[in-house]
Amino acid sequence: MQHTRRLFLKGTMAAGTLAIAAGANLLTPGKVLAAWPEKAFTAEKMDTALSELVGGTELIESDKITLKTPDIAENGAVVSVTVRTELPDAESISIYVPVNTSPLTASYELTDKFDGEISGRIKMAETSDVIAVVQAGGKLYSAKREVKVTLGGCGG
Amino acid sequence: MANDIKIRAWTEGDKANVKAIVFHPMETGLRKDKKTGKKIPAHYITEVVCEHNGNTVLKCNWGPGVSKNPFISFGFKGAKSGDTFTLSWKDNQGKSASQETKIS
Repeated sequence: MQHTRRLFLKGTMAAGTLAIAAGANLLTPGKVLAAWPEKAFTAEKMDTALSELVGGTELIESDKITLKTPDIAENGAVVSVTVRTELPDAESISIYVPVNTSPLTASYELTDKFDGEISGRIKMAETSDVIAVVQAGGKLYSAKREVKVTLGGCGG
Repeated sequence: MANDIKIRAWTEGDKANVKAIVFHPMETGLRKDKKTGKKIPAHYITEVVCEHNGNTVLKCNWGPGVSKNPFISFGFKGAKSGDTFTLSWKDNQGKSASQETKIS
């Protein structure tokens, strides 16, 4: 009896190790597929979001990025933003509103097929700068524009 | 539900232009229901993948800061009339949808 019990224990231990190994294997492909960057989206400060998403906070202002926004947004819940980049090897575009609860609103992972311009609509809590950050060749380039918001679009 | 996504894709030379709208509440989780005073749970799209003939041309990561019924417009190179364009999304509550269209 003693013998079988020992064997049984050994068996369960081996199975446990296998389960851990399987778990580790499952985690790796998830990282490769670049999962949704939760930490960057839940960050409450723009710098935290930047370092979580693109790994740096040093922004170089660039005239190769064109940011189109309205000067005055009557409704902060819908603010049209267009970003155009002429930077070579652009890898990603991200759009920030520093006064929002989560400053990072959207980020776009680009491919070589991308033609340089993207438009979308974002929410703004109050009057603020809108900042577009383009990651290209390991550096971070930015452009910003102030948008005056008459009615905030985040609380309520 | 096919009505959740509307896509228009058309060519301009060797480039395709895409305009798409996804019908989604995009709740931030910060708003309160005026009647009950309870917070409305967060419900927003996190990931959008745009594919041209099965190859990813753009991946969007969205947060609650994207407006309700999100609209997106962009262009990509190397497309011709008759190619397929697919847009798929996934939200924070595990829901997802996909829509395919022919580029005109």
